[in-house]
Amino acid sequence: MREITYLEAIREAMAQMMRKNSDIYLIGEDIAQYGGAFGVTVGMLAEFGKERIRNTPISEAAIVGVGIGSAVTGMRPIAEIMFSDFMTISMEQIVNQAAKIRYMFGGKVKVPLVIRTAGGGGTGAAAQHSQSLQGLVVHIPGLKVVMPSCPYDAKGLLIASINDDNPVIFIEHKLLYKNKKYIEHVPQKMYEVPLGSADIKRKGTDISMVATSFMVKKSLEVAQILAEEENIECEVVDLRTLRPLDIDTVLGSVKKTGRLVCVEEACSFGGFMGEVVSQVVEKGFDYLDAPVVRVAGRNCPVPYSLVLEQEMIPGVERIKKGVLDVLRKA
Amino acid sequence: MEKTLNKKSKYINTDGYKIEDKFQDLDDKIKVEMLKKMYQIRHFENETEQFIIRGAIHGTCHLYVGEEATAVGAIYAIRRDDYITSTHRGHGHCISKGADLSMMMAELLGKRTGYCKGKGGSMHIADIDAGNLGANGVVGGGLGIATGAALTCKLKENSKIVLCFFGDGAANRGIFHETVNIASIWDLPVIYLCENNVYGMSMPTKEAFNIKKISDRKVSYGIDGLTIDGNNLIEVFNTVSYFASRCRDGEGPVLIESLTYRWKGHSKSDAQVYRSKEEVKSWMKKDPILQYRRALIQDGVLTEKEDKDLEKEVIGQLKEATAFAKESPFPDKSEVEDDVYA
Repeated sequence: MREITYLEAIREAMAQMMRKNSDIYLIGEDIAQYGGAFGVTVGMLAEFGKERIRNTPISEAAIVGVGIGSAVTGMRPIAEIMFSDFMTISMEQIVNQAAKIRYMFGGKVKVPLVIRTAGGGGTGAAAQHSQSLQGLVVHIPGLKVVMPSCPYDAKGLLIASINDDNPVIFIEHKLLYKNKKYIEHVPQKMYEVPLGSADIKRKGTDISMVATSFMVKKSLEVAQILAEEENIECEVVDLRTLRPLDIDTVLGSVKKTGRLVCVEEACSFGGFMGEVVSQVVEKGFDYLDAPVVRVAGRNCPVPYSLVLEQEMIPGVERIKKGVLDVLRKA
Repeated sequence: MEKTLNKKSKYINTDGYKIEDKFQDLDDKIKVEMLKKMYQIRHFENETEQFIIRGAIHGTCHLYVGEEATAVGAIYAIRRDDYITSTHRGHGHCISKGADLSMMMAELLGKRTGYCKGKGGSMHIADIDAGNLGANGVVGGGLGIATGAALTCKLKENSKIVLCFFGDGAANRGIFHETVNIASIWDLPVIYLCENNVYGMSMPTKEAFNIKKISDRKVSYGIDGLTIDGNNLIEVFNTVSYFASRCRDGEGPVLIESLTYRWKGHSKSDAQVYRSKEEVKSWMKKDPILQYRRALIQDGVLTEKEDKDLEKEVIGQLKEATAFAKESPFPDKSEVEDDVYA
């Protein structure tokens, strides 16, 4: 069985879909000869040509704006915003245009646009190239937000996103792209992982850990350590899509374990896991045997120095402490 | 002004472009239809203003009175299946592209029978089937959509073009720079038509720009463009016709600045302290409808009586539209979260 990286899975999803549907094209900065800042589109120019692998100037507002205009008139664009931090430059297009025109126009238009972008820190790129900004977009009705944690999900979720008739913000993680530690079997054939379906990545009975993207990998590491060292069985729930949110899978897990720790890379204040906790409290308060703990980014910009960066972004030690805190409070 | 309107020469030379007088070749029926559209816009806006005064409109409206020649002339110069994008001051574009007056008025009153089922209001009327990709509440909001639609036209090789209306205010937004540049490097079939109506809300263009003409910005993008009299329907029609065929032939985008004037305030809450009554009156003397009507009568396209009847017919249409809007039901509360996702 062949095993591929997260990056290769994303590229394969796009290439297979583009072979099938000539309405799909890519638009973004340095995606042609260069192959994208992280190499996701390497080789695609040779196969699809520059009409469908459209290199743009450094114009994020236009990248998304053009994507919207072509989406409403019959194309299915996949826009690449090099770093999720630069979504802020296209935020008018994302928030006021892409997310709203269907509603504003009384449901008479579809916006089948995928915006792929690389989020997250841990690369020493400091405050403007390391953010986890999913909270900014997940708040906006009309947008879907997807954050895959592994190659299998990345391919299936991206195919589902391309097939979706709504604007989808597809946030990839830089530390997952090429790391051989995370390669896994990915079927050659095309398949969808439905948007709005969470996945239990590790079964357990003592506590539920809810995470997304790279934090799923960190949570799995912690779950393994706690199983070996403390005989604690953690259940790791990967949300996969933040909006639509599969709260039922989370509630099902919490019902079983009675304990919840939410792990996210973004700053805790106003972060998305606050929504998850609220919904669990609203819909499943009686399942909880202990107060909920969030392990999240510290409330500061992502710092440069390795020492500080590791302090800001949740690592194995902090996540482990979060799990143990919940269990001790029980 | 009247001289230009009745000019019979083959070419109208503007800024060195040999623009043919295509208007002369039009069927009289079309010439009259354009006058009718101008009347429809004027009377639609008058009715809207009455609704505003009586407090019947929940939100705000931005009236197009005084600018009718630009919307009608430009939209009649493109094909019916071409695309347009409009602005927050969009009623004129919408009517010119063939929108139903009753559905428009119903939308303004927030009724379920409106174009957007009462979810959009004045600033978000779209008529996708008619190629109207929507008014837009954000200044410059249509620039991205128009440029993207033009990319679709190019990729699908459907020989359509896009006419993108935006205001002088939008020309100073970043999205203007990003999109016009991209359209230029990709030779996209889009006409960027800047309606310079002298004010961006209260900011006079002479204070917002340090260039004589907004169309001078064409140099930055390596595209063609010029400034025209936006109150002269024939000049607007001929200019847009000329550039539309060039766009269709794959010669890339163009920047047209159409000089006109907003007779009414920016929105319903504008006390208009930034301009004098004399200034407004001086522009009202350049009434685009009056100019065009006079030209048609002088050319024998229609008689004084036919003109009066035409306006009467339009007033009747507006009565029906307002009655329809008033009688229509409001949306049901249960519809509030409908249409968020496809």
